Amino acid sequence: MATLRHFWQFVTGSLRIVTTGNRFYWAWILGLMTLVVIGAITYVDQLRTGLITTNMRDQVSWAFYIGNFTFLVGVAAAAILLVIPAYVYHWKPIKEVVILGELLAIAAIVMCGLFVTVDVGRPDRLWHLIPGLGNLNVPSSLLAWDVVVLNGYLVLNFVIVTYLLFSLYRGRQPAKGVFLPLVLFSIPAAIAIHTVTAFLYNGLPARPFWNASILAPRFIASALCSGPAVLLILMQLLRRFTKFHIDDRAIWKVAELMAYAMFINLFLLGAEVFKDVYSNTEHMVHMRYMFFGIGEHTAIVPYMWLAVFCSFGAFILFLIPKTRRHPVTLNVGCVLIWIGVYLEKGMGLVIPGMTPDTLGEIYEYFPSSSELWIAAGIFAIGFLAFTLMVKVATPIMLGEFHLAGVEPINPHPEEHGAVHAH
Amino acid sequence: MSRTLPNRREFLCTVGGCAAAAAAAGCSDLTHTSWFRSRFREMPEAEKKTIIAELEKEHSARFQQPVTVGVEPPMENVEFGYALDISRCIGCRRCVHACVDENNQSREPQLQWIRVLEMDKEKGIDFAHADAYYDAESVPREGHFYLPVACQQCENPACVKSCPVGATWKEKDGIVVIDYDWCIGCRCCMSACPYGARHFNYAEPSIPTEKLNPKTHYLGNRPRMKGVVEKCTWCIQRTRKGRYPACVEVCPVGARKFGNLLDPESEVRYVLEHKRVFVLKSELNTRPKFFYFYGL
Ligand code: SF4
Ligand code: SF4
Repeated sequence: MATLRHFWQFVTGSLRIVTTGNRFYWAWILGLMTLVVIGAITYVDQLRTGLITTNMRDQVSWAFYIGNFTFLVGVAAAAILLVIPAYVYHWKPIKEVVILGELLAIAAIVMCGLFVTVDVGRPDRLWHLIPGLGNLNVPSSLLAWDVVVLNGYLVLNFVIVTYLLFSLYRGRQPAKGVFLPLVLFSIPAAIAIHTVTAFLYNGLPARPFWNASILAPRFIASALCSGPAVLLILMQLLRRFTKFHIDDRAIWKVAELMAYAMFINLFLLGAEVFKDVYSNTEHMVHMRYMFFGIGEHTAIVPYMWLAVFCSFGAFILFLIPKTRRHPVTLNVGCVLIWIGVYLEKGMGLVIPGMTPDTLGEIYEYFPSSSELWIAAGIFAIGFLAFTLMVKVATPIMLGEFHLAGVEPINPHPEEHGAVHAH
Repeated sequence: MSRTLPNRREFLCTVGGCAAAAAAAGCSDLTHTSWFRSRFREMPEAEKKTIIAELEKEHSARFQQPVTVGVEPPMENVEFGYALDISRCIGCRRCVHACVDENNQSREPQLQWIRVLEMDKEKGIDFAHADAYYDAESVPREGHFYLPVACQQCENPACVKSCPVGATWKEKDGIVVIDYDWCIGCRCCMSACPYGARHFNYAEPSIPTEKLNPKTHYLGNRPRMKGVVEKCTWCIQRTRKGRYPACVEVCPVGARKFGNLLDPESEVRYVLEHKRVFVLKSELNTRPKFFYFYGL
């Protein structure tokens, strides 16, 4: 009973926190809300008229929405780049910020779900996916598996975060026996959401561009670049605007790990380009469409080169320790890698995979304004959710927001002392 | 499975109220009942009856003529096969239009189940150089041949495997069907199909009242709704009653052969045994039951 009452206080207290803020906070929230409203209005129109308001057609039947979904699965999985050093190698400076990765994962998965929902023709029938009620086609359908693992990952992260924050709120140290297994389990879970999403494409022999076994490893490598980039920027913002203590070493360590991931990502891309270009079979046509265009069909070419330059630029910046540690170049690198991976996953994976189509027809796809607005609305929802969650989590982590009458505890007291005996 | 169905419907009726209201905002064609409909494959006979009655009433009113919706099951000892003679096909696209008329495909936006590809004789079967938009007035063109492609009714269908809700499956007679009331419109099957056979209703399909073919089948040519996938069913509404598909009947050069693969006397069997036959993209192991052959 007490727990319930505490939880109620926790909820109302959280509401109070998210409704107080300075001008910048409100401007940010209102800006996002505006985008959400525009996106929602556009979506209602899409529901009424059908997916004809998008530029998808039979030839390119998955496109921008599914590309964004794929990108965001990557972002969601990025938390493991924090969890591994913190909990597997017990690297203390990162432990404090792991929660940020988990909050990001929640926001990203929510966006994933929304992107799938706006992509399907009959969202009213999504209940057909619920086992028992509907008819979830496992084990054969990869999308069915994806539904399972993504929802599982969402629940997992939600439980971890709520448990951790609620414990701290009540002035208790989270029980290791509960917390640690969950956190460790999130590592294979993150790899699973990625692998299954990659397999969704990978398992389609009809599409030679996707039917390459390098796909899943590439997904994971690129995810470990783009997701942490958001976290790095966020960590610096928190450090500046709150009393949140984030060690420089944590930021540098994440940046260093990202550099390795970027190298692997570029290496795998190179391996793929080599195979296609050198063997020069008819399947190279997709890669050609991506980087050079076919005839007058060149709509996505500039974006693909931009992606390559961004990824390369970011790799160089992250490779050199000096630029990796300098706040300006570090952030430039973060933005570059974010753009690079976003273009590569958002457009460079799905669209060339479908162009030309299975009977050789080239339909040049480019997102319609309606697709762009709906996507903007979904991103706004994600950012909104993330902002609110971070707004509540920060004072809890700092011990500023806690149950009346309890002694706040520092989640990881040992870091602030000089030495920790182990 | 089927014993749990009435419960499922009842359950949905109680919890579904608000969700249905939300969905109704976007889906004007949504009737109360279509939302709760079970998957055809496991639909109890009683539900089937009421649904067919509902559907017939709805379509008859909409198209101002008596419309029937059949549920004929596969015939015993029948497995259909199709053979197309590419040395005869002249690329006139009459099959395309006969198919549109027979199977109630949307006229606006235009949706066609058969795609006829014009190919260079010099290059042979080469999709990369195929042209689906040639001018049918001037066929056959010198130096070209024609390859009509629709659903290949694969023995090992990639589309069925990919569907997350089991809205599409292979029937006993080999026809791969779609339950239009169960499909969620995710288009996984379109990504999976190697033959571009599946088509999506990007908008509300429209058929002029006088153009409707009123003899329909639940898994075939009954009028579809927006947001779902459709494809060739070898005219399930005809062939399950022993008739030929419309494309076979209309072809002016007799390039199209259709019959029962299990019947040694059938025309398809004759073709398979005496002609040089091939299937498209055999390397993918989809094992089409749509064969192409050189009759001349
Ligand atoms: S041709 Fe395509 S749609 Fe038809 S059964 Fe084969 S995979 Fe499925
Ligand atoms: S579009 Fe329909 S038939 Fe195709 S995979 Fe999705 S639910 Fe199944």
